[in-house]
Amino acid sequence: MSPLLHVSNISKRFGGFVALDGIELEVQPGERLGLIGPNGSGKSTLVNCICGALQNEQGSVHFDGQAVDGLAAHQRTHRGLARSFQLPRPFVSLNLADNLRVPMLYTVHKRSGPLHGDSIDARCVELLRLVGLDHKARHMPRDLTQVEMRKLELARAVAAEPKLLIADESMAGLSHSEIEDILTLLKQLNERGITIILIEHIMSAVMSFSQRLVVLVSGKKIADGKPEDVVKNPEVVRAYLGQ
Amino acid sequence: MLVGLVVYVSGHLLGIGYLFFAGYTILQFIVLASAWNILGGYCGYVNFGSAAFFALGAYSTVFFYKFNPLPIPILIILGAVVSGIVGFGMGYLTLRLRGAFFAIATLAMAVVLQTLVVNWSYVGGSRGAYIVRADTVDIGGYTIEYIEYLFLLMMAVAILSIVISRTIARTQLGFGFATIRDDELAAEASGVPTLRLKLIATTISGALMGMAGAPFPYYIGYLQPASAFGLEYGVNSIAMPIIGGTTSWVGPVIGAILLGSLQQIATVTISSAVNLLIVGLLLVAFVVIAPNGLVGLIQDRLRARRDGK
Repeated sequence: MSPLLHVSNISKRFGGFVALDGIELEVQPGERLGLIGPNGSGKSTLVNCICGALQNEQGSVHFDGQAVDGLAAHQRTHRGLARSFQLPRPFVSLNLADNLRVPMLYTVHKRSGPLHGDSIDARCVELLRLVGLDHKARHMPRDLTQVEMRKLELARAVAAEPKLLIADESMAGLSHSEIEDILTLLKQLNERGITIILIEHIMSAVMSFSQRLVVLVSGKKIADGKPEDVVKNPEVVRAYLGQ
Repeated sequence: MLVGLVVYVSGHLLGIGYLFFAGYTILQFIVLASAWNILGGYCGYVNFGSAAFFALGAYSTVFFYKFNPLPIPILIILGAVVSGIVGFGMGYLTLRLRGAFFAIATLAMAVVLQTLVVNWSYVGGSRGAYIVRADTVDIGGYTIEYIEYLFLLMMAVAILSIVISRTIARTQLGFGFATIRDDELAAEASGVPTLRLKLIATTISGALMGMAGAPFPYYIGYLQPASAFGLEYGVNSIAMPIIGGTTSWVGPVIGAILLGSLQQIATVTISSAVNLLIVGLLLVAFVVIAPNGLVGLIQDRLRARRDGK
């Protein structure tokens, strides 16, 4: 099976600091991939390079069989690549329903043809119900709790009807039950056919979610395999716990 | 529109010419404030160079007046085209600038354009240019004063600017502009082509400001760089939307009517020299008391009442 995402030999520098150094990564359609690494290991930089928020200096990104290098972030979203942000970035002047309306108008509308107002409204309600926020459809993002904000962030990414969703630390700062909520949601989305890359520090969540685990340290990939094998990898243990 | 018609009919029946002069200025500010708000309010890109776009419209009229005099409605369209092209160019050159850097760039553009006009003798240079206009104009068999004609033209431009501003706010474009204002990175991630939308905003905003400036030489009779690039246009076009409220089409209209009327009253009762002082004081007061403008203040009150607070 050809990979949905193929990252080939990507490198990125910020001045003299090497953030990514020759990263290779393949993600298969329908897969649940966990991406872990200590702070500053290059996880978010990799996401930014894949999604087009940053341009990589070397290497290439292929998505759904086509090179997406040089495409702007919004064009990659149109192709089916969506992301949520580490810190929720809602559109603060729009209510929750309108937050979801934006990707429908600008991405789904462009990809699948004109959408009627009624079908957009119905889809907004359906997505908000999926994340448990349908009763707050007309509320503003400032009225939400932290976990609700993260759910909105995921719902907005899903509203673009992506083939691949990259969830960047969607569970940071949440309680155990809230983490379970988000994990259940991510698994539901995966069951709907969305391939998911989960970037996370909370190991219990990563282990229960991921079918495969990739570890980055100092901009390099040091492990790639089944979660139970990767966590026993001496190099991974050293990176997390020290010598 | 209704207020404009009432002013027109009152001025016409009572024979008070000053109503047309004052009304024209207020309508002109409605256009400028609505145009500024498309870029500054909807997209969050503060433009300090409004006076330059206004002056471009005015000087394109002077240029064509000397080259080959044309009817004012056509000059308004030409002013929109010239200012729209410059707006597009400004947007293209400053696409990657945000916040204070974008604001400074627009201010710099205004200074550059003023310097060019000051040194361009064909349009009058620093000495200015005279526009000779008729006393009356004949429209479909009716003869009206020229100032009444200018008033009606500016009312049409004001209606057009309000319609454009309102339409944008209620369509896909308005959603896109709001996402740019709120979070550009998240907007791109949602599929919003932010660079293209910013170009659309700078072009429409610039074109409308040019339309406001195009009839100005006929209104004032003598155009010089200091009047066309006047500080009051730059300051008022920012202050009026901020005082009225920047997130809706109605805010700039309210701000323009309120501030424009106050300034006209001050001009006849005290002196036009206090106009900018009034704007400055009100601006400071609103930034402190009602940062979301009058519209935001009313919306907050209504929301509080609805929530029973």
